[in-house]
Amino acid sequence: MSNKKTKINISHIAKLANFPLTAKEESTYQDQLVKILDYVEKIESVETKNVEPTFNIKANNNITRDDIVNNGLTQEEALQNTSNKKNGYLVTKGVFNNE
Amino acid sequence: MNDLTQLTLTQTIDGLKNREFSAKDLNSAYLKRIDKINPKLNSYLYTNKESNQIPAAIKDLISVKNLPMTCGSKILEGYVPPYSATVINKLTGQNVSIIGKTNLDEFAMGSSGENSAYEKVKNPWDITKVPGGSSSGSAVAVAADLCVFALGTDTGGSIRQPSALCGVVGLKPSYGRVSRFGAASIASSLDQIGPITKTVEDARLVLSWIEGEDKKDNNVPSNNQSFFVNKQETRNNQRKDLKGVRIGIPLEYFAQGLDSGVEKTINDAINKLIDLGAEPVSVSLPHTQYAVAVYYLIMASEVSSNLARFDGIRYGKSRENFGAEAKRRIMLGTFALSTGYFEDYFIKAAKVRTLIKNDFDDVFKKCDVIVGPVSPTVAWALGEKVNDPLSLYLMDAYTIPASLAGLPGLSVPCGFVNNLPVGLQILGKHMDEETILEVGEIYQNSTDWHKRKPNL
Repeated sequence: MSNKKTKINISHIAKLANFPLTAKEESTYQDQLVKILDYVEKIESVETKNVEPTFNIKANNNITRDDIVNNGLTQEEALQNTSNKKNGYLVTKGVFNNE
Repeated sequence: MNDLTQLTLTQTIDGLKNREFSAKDLNSAYLKRIDKINPKLNSYLYTNKESNQIPAAIKDLISVKNLPMTCGSKILEGYVPPYSATVINKLTGQNVSIIGKTNLDEFAMGSSGENSAYEKVKNPWDITKVPGGSSSGSAVAVAADLCVFALGTDTGGSIRQPSALCGVVGLKPSYGRVSRFGAASIASSLDQIGPITKTVEDARLVLSWIEGEDKKDNNVPSNNQSFFVNKQETRNNQRKDLKGVRIGIPLEYFAQGLDSGVEKTINDAINKLIDLGAEPVSVSLPHTQYAVAVYYLIMASEVSSNLARFDGIRYGKSRENFGAEAKRRIMLGTFALSTGYFEDYFIKAAKVRTLIKNDFDDVFKKCDVIVGPVSPTVAWALGEKVNDPLSLYLMDAYTIPASLAGLPGLSVPCGFVNNLPVGLQILGKHMDEETILEVGEIYQNSTDWHKRKPNL
């Protein structure tokens, strides 16, 4: 976990996070994230050899419900918050013709 | 008759029952006060003139059908949820109506309210100070008598800390006590909805309304066990003092960075608990020093995943409409989950989280509740910390550990430093809200801090 400054590739992270950033924003976030990472790296010193990770303190798994059909949102309700719809459907980005 | 807006929830219910005033009187008194006071404080983002029952203020992160919801973000400007959260349906069943949606740090990320994309919320005790966050508007609405009670959400302290800084009662329930269905998901292993109220008694009542099984949130137990036995109506064996209650005082919660005025106020409150019969026990939570680091890795990771759904297709605008703090945390989380870093950051943090949880398990063998400060300082000046995100993260050091361990936490007004309120934090065992509420209520019944009102 060393040399973070070179390791954080902010433009790569911004791309993964789906944010278009300006060069100025990239440099600001780079500096702030490096500072935050320098701080959070203090956990590196904690001995965790035989420790299991906790992802959820309830650890509930495989909860099922009866397979009963309920009313969901109407088509009108489901579309009420989009600005881009056509013939009662959402318009999404193309899968094959876009990056 | 006193101003209706000063009544607590239980007093309001009694007044309505005894026909001392009508629900219409009540709502017009609150709407009138909101008109007058809200422009100074920016507590509400939206007020509902149709409110016609017991008026509650709801953090604008929780869906109320047909009322606009922004989550404090420009990305959701204009969004109107087509359904209500489970907690809202439960409240509506108790003769509660929603008088407004309250301001917050964007997507609940922040502890000063200043990350709201809208007008900044002001602290009613001093409008040059922050109200705390992220449930800023909810805490302010209760403190300024702009609602009877409010709901907030707490991921790392967002109910307790603004409640402390505004001098009101805030309860973060145990993880899995209250269904989150219909609240925007921020960090799913941490988020809880809870009440912000004028008294501890009111917090208990609201919790009894909103808690319990919901098939739409699988973290809430789905057996039919009603674990909140002491509901308002059936509390016959209520304690009058704290004899036999062991209060753990963690040395790590009185560490460097704690303001001396806050420390003295908290010590006075602890002495009061001892006067009331509680038995103090010195305890240690040795992994406390890692909690902020663990939290910001886990929280940011979960946020980066949850907020990926905001792609502007089904609802909302495009992603550049996220504010700076939201972008920062999404990118921090994206980094922590990315190839090559996942083990060192996310998994490592999840392991240290286990050690933090184990600390609490050990300590709760020796005591019934843990007490300490909510915030290391009282409210600070607006603008003071906006350019230094890390310094702001460190302000959450006392609320974050219990969030990571899924424990319930209560903030109770316990004094003032420089005329700004201080909150006593009372933490309990998982699913043992009853004990922290009891300690808080007995403390509150023997003090007058909660009766002081800001001069507006």
